[in-house]
Amino acid sequence: MSNDANPGNSVHSRDGADAERASRSPFRATLGALLRDRLALTGIIIVTLLVLAALFAPLIAPQNPYDLAQLDIMDNRLPPGSESMSGLYYLIGTDDQGRDLFSAILYGLRTSIIVGISSAAIALVIGASLGLLSAYAGGKTDAILMRIVDIQLSFPAILIALIFLAILGQGVDKIILALVITQWAYYARTIRGSALVERRRSYVDAARSMALPDRSILFRHILPNCLPPLIVVATMRVAYAIMLEATLSFLGIGLPVTEPSLGLLISNGFEYLLSGDYWISFFPGLALLLLIVGINLIGDALRDILNPRREG
Amino acid sequence: MTSYLLSRTLQTVLTLLVMSVLVFVGVYMVGNPVDLLLSTTATPAERLQVIQSFGLDQPVWEQYWTFLTHALSGDLGNSFVFNQPALTLILQRMPATLELAFVALLMALVIGIPLGVYAGLKPKALVSKSIMTFSILGFSLPTFWIGLVMILVFSVKLGWLPASGRGETVDLFGVPVSFLTLDGLSHLALPAFNLALFKISLIIRLTRAGVMECLQLDFVRFARAKGLSETRIVLVHVLKNTLIPLITVIGLELGSLIAFAVVTETIFAWPGMGKLIIDAISVLDRPVILAYLMITVVMFSIINLAVDILYSIVDPRVRLEGDS
Repeated sequence: MSNDANPGNSVHSRDGADAERASRSPFRATLGALLRDRLALTGIIIVTLLVLAALFAPLIAPQNPYDLAQLDIMDNRLPPGSESMSGLYYLIGTDDQGRDLFSAILYGLRTSIIVGISSAAIALVIGASLGLLSAYAGGKTDAILMRIVDIQLSFPAILIALIFLAILGQGVDKIILALVITQWAYYARTIRGSALVERRRSYVDAARSMALPDRSILFRHILPNCLPPLIVVATMRVAYAIMLEATLSFLGIGLPVTEPSLGLLISNGFEYLLSGDYWISFFPGLALLLLIVGINLIGDALRDILNPRREG
Repeated sequence: MTSYLLSRTLQTVLTLLVMSVLVFVGVYMVGNPVDLLLSTTATPAERLQVIQSFGLDQPVWEQYWTFLTHALSGDLGNSFVFNQPALTLILQRMPATLELAFVALLMALVIGIPLGVYAGLKPKALVSKSIMTFSILGFSLPTFWIGLVMILVFSVKLGWLPASGRGETVDLFGVPVSFLTLDGLSHLALPAFNLALFKISLIIRLTRAGVMECLQLDFVRFARAKGLSETRIVLVHVLKNTLIPLITVIGLELGSLIAFAVVTETIFAWPGMGKLIIDAISVLDRPVILAYLMITVVMFSIINLAVDILYSIVDPRVRLEGDS
């Protein structure tokens, strides 16, 4: 704002902004930059709304889509805007079992978000620890770990997830495990890259000369400095995990029918698509799309903000 | 070079072994294929006979050993469902998948590179901004859902393109292909574009980044100083240097296209090996799962190796490991 008001002084006020940014915590500085970015703000609003909707699904949803007693099979495949005999208004129609799609989507969002975030978080912890270890230990440990990462990353995530789900079977815990197995390597490689750079910095030498234990150097000195790229990767990976879960559930090998997820809802509607009943697949897909676009918009902006080499 | 090839082959064999053990033991623990093989009315005697004939009464390591020795002679076992060699089943369906993947890759390159170059040359133009917005969307759109929407629009509503199958095929060197007949092409259009969508976005972004980086380098400035035409600078100097890193990506993406074809094949009922593996997983057809896995590992290792070698040829600065 001050830049616009006082263009002649722009150099000055910019310095002021930098000083101000440095004095605040890096977290708040990043958040501030995010909120100033129009696209990122859009992403934040979308994601917040969807997460709130998922969180309060039992309060918002007109019916509990998985309580069979509340479903009326007579209401199956009603188009958007229909009304049931009992006076329930189906905003975006019903599915083949007479389930209110709006309610089903809210509950589906819950499953998708939980699976996406928890698998990304677990993969982050495992991947980051192994990546740090690899960079810090070097030598044989590094060579072996990175060879495993290389080999794993040379196979597409969906293929690895397919193989593990074939072995593990269906279920929320199983798909989270499969997603962790497919994703840890990305984190490991990212953090190893930045840790290798950080390791040579003088503050690490300083910490060593103070005879601090390895663990403390790793986690309290090197790790915090490796966080920015890791945060960017994590944001993008959450979106990817959600998409992958939806894809696997769509294929019928992800979540069981008892666990409503967006991918499963889309899959349910697939067979009615050719007869023109588009809404069963269309609206759950739209919700999924919004969620992923929202997260990716935030991730994109974060990359620009946290990447020190960015241009302009 | 020889020592490099040798170490890579060794690595592939090791990956194959580890993967096969993992999957073999995993699938062994999960389910009992006997229920799949027998009708519900089978007598205990029949049951026992089936168990013995498939060697299912042996301990797992012995079963694995049998699998391994047979695999070395090219026998990956018979499918429990089709009662045909698993290898034959997969090889029969492989051309359809490869055709789909290659056409999708071609689409991604033909659409992605020009758009990326344009966006890189004129980053501030409105058209470039729309291209980049499209690429963000392409990254975020759930591919399978877009496939459904495409079927809805182009097959159900407009009736322009067929929604399933391969259409009419002709034999090319004994392999049936769709892209040589008009009917086949119309069947290819939707699934190939659906599969390509994600890669178009990726290639746009990579090309744009490469072009923008290249334009700032000294040799471009020198070429300009020399008075070369802008077209020549872009088409010869910039593009050539942008394409080198793209080769690695293209190689890896070909593999990912083959893997993601699983999804596209399911949506468009494309008779490839992806559809086969999904069905095999749902009924635990162990030989088919294992055979699919072995073949993909080999295929991917070959693609990766080809990329590495190609890369060292186009960019002489790159030296292969173990190559002195």
